[in-house]
Amino acid sequence: MDKVLMEGNAAFGEGAVRAGCRFFFGYPITPQSELPHYLARRMPEVGGVYLQAESEVAAINMVYGAAAAGARVMTASSSPGISLMQEGISYIAGAELPAVIVNIMRGGPGLGNIAPSQSDYFQVVKGGGHGDYRLLVLAPSSVQEIIDLMAVAFELADKYRNPTMVVGDGVLGQMMEPVELGPMPDLVLPAKAWATTGTAGRNTRNIVNSLYIQPEELEKVNLRLQAKYSQMAKEEKRWEEYRLDDAALVLLAFGMVARIAKAAVDKLRAAGIPAGLIRPITLYPFPDIPVTQAAERAKAFLVVEMNAGQMVEDVRLALCGQRPVHFYGRTGGVLTSVAEVTGAAKEIWEVIE
Amino acid sequence: MLEEVLFAGFGGQGILSSGMLLAYAAMAEGLHVAWVPSYGPEMRGGTANCGVTVSDLPISSPLVAEPTTLIAMNRPSLDRFEGDVVPGGLVLYNASLIDREVLRTDVRVLAVKANEEAERLGSVRVATNVMLGAFLAITGAASLRSAAEALQKVLPPHRHSLIPANERALEAGARIASRISSKLGLWGPGIGSVQP
Repeated sequence: MDKVLMEGNAAFGEGAVRAGCRFFFGYPITPQSELPHYLARRMPEVGGVYLQAESEVAAINMVYGAAAAGARVMTASSSPGISLMQEGISYIAGAELPAVIVNIMRGGPGLGNIAPSQSDYFQVVKGGGHGDYRLLVLAPSSVQEIIDLMAVAFELADKYRNPTMVVGDGVLGQMMEPVELGPMPDLVLPAKAWATTGTAGRNTRNIVNSLYIQPEELEKVNLRLQAKYSQMAKEEKRWEEYRLDDAALVLLAFGMVARIAKAAVDKLRAAGIPAGLIRPITLYPFPDIPVTQAAERAKAFLVVEMNAGQMVEDVRLALCGQRPVHFYGRTGGVLTSVAEVTGAAKEIWEVIE
Repeated sequence: MLEEVLFAGFGGQGILSSGMLLAYAAMAEGLHVAWVPSYGPEMRGGTANCGVTVSDLPISSPLVAEPTTLIAMNRPSLDRFEGDVVPGGLVLYNASLIDREVLRTDVRVLAVKANEEAERLGSVRVATNVMLGAFLAITGAASLRSAAEALQKVLPPHRHSLIPANERALEAGARIASRISSKLGLWGPGIGSVQP
């Protein structure tokens, strides 16, 4: 099959179109602006709607409306813009609607900068908006995987009637890699009997809502949500393992950093250190299965992130103190390097031996 | 085969598109490629650089921190990145705009007056592709023909009138590199240097 060279941000857009998404509402912000730029051209070609909203708050509420009407719909932004959307995301989660949100993370806090970062892990995985809700969170690490995971994102959103967030960083968004697109898939999308599409052919009204005045009624909603999150945790954990079978030092990293860590694993192996890598593909639900399995052989874990240490907390939770968990990270939009990660791992290994 | 190439210069020199041309050319030959841009806030006049990885194996990290080849198109780029090149690596620099020699003694060096060459071919804008032509001739990372064919994809339709000048630039660079290498046996296992 023919390969095309594609930019990460464009791949988020093309992946969405191929997953049957026909509505995009967004507001520009670096380093993800190439994504709306791509869809502004692409959506009209497939009979879809591209709309630049007046703000992120407006964009996410347009997503809310289109999702309520049963559309495959998405928005995209970068860290500060995603913060602005949190109220709407909580409403979408509360109203149990499927939608896909892309966050190309940049350096923070505050306005921060436009450099690549992973410092929104807590925000996307632990909540972000108000109330007891969870997002499904996917973290691709190559341009091909962006295409593949956008399809998964829309399927999971529909399956659970839950917003899915797909996260990347500025490097993944702006780098180019070959992708295999193949022919446009012929999709049969699941029927959405709950969608607010008018009462033609129906005697009852469909209502989409996140307001429940009676506490007992809202508690029932919460219990239903929690049951859904438990099912996600049971069925949707995804991860990649690399040279893990005999690994005594296990690295964990997601997204772009996982590729740096993978190269570091090769360097460590070449130096005689039995290192391996677990790359979480779902950040929520967190793939604790390979972590606890690897702990049977591993002497120590090293979590590498482009933040001050966020996913490392989930690794520690998974291991409950069974093994030492170390952390190496860079902040502020500074990229880490293969040499840095290799160096950090070697220091840990020397102490172990 | 693993080539990690850093193209560096200022905005407007075609740094990003020359890198993309290498990526397209190598992809057409069935190799794994990755292209990672990095540029300052100003599109023109600011610094621009991009890293291109070309490999016959899947690419783990696409970030070019220790390039096997540096293509430096202006003085600040050489000053900033000369120290990062791997020992035994290659430094191609634009002697039209760089008034100093490479200080490293453990890398192979080729100086090309790329601006003069490009102007002679019709447009100073093709200077970086003169360097790319030299790089391809030295390393064989992809063929000149694949690079020439990839111009159709890299240049937007309204720039397709520049394809012939770009083809000539690639050929001129390759010719300069081959002439020097055959004369000096430069690109074998030893360390060589050709500077003005």
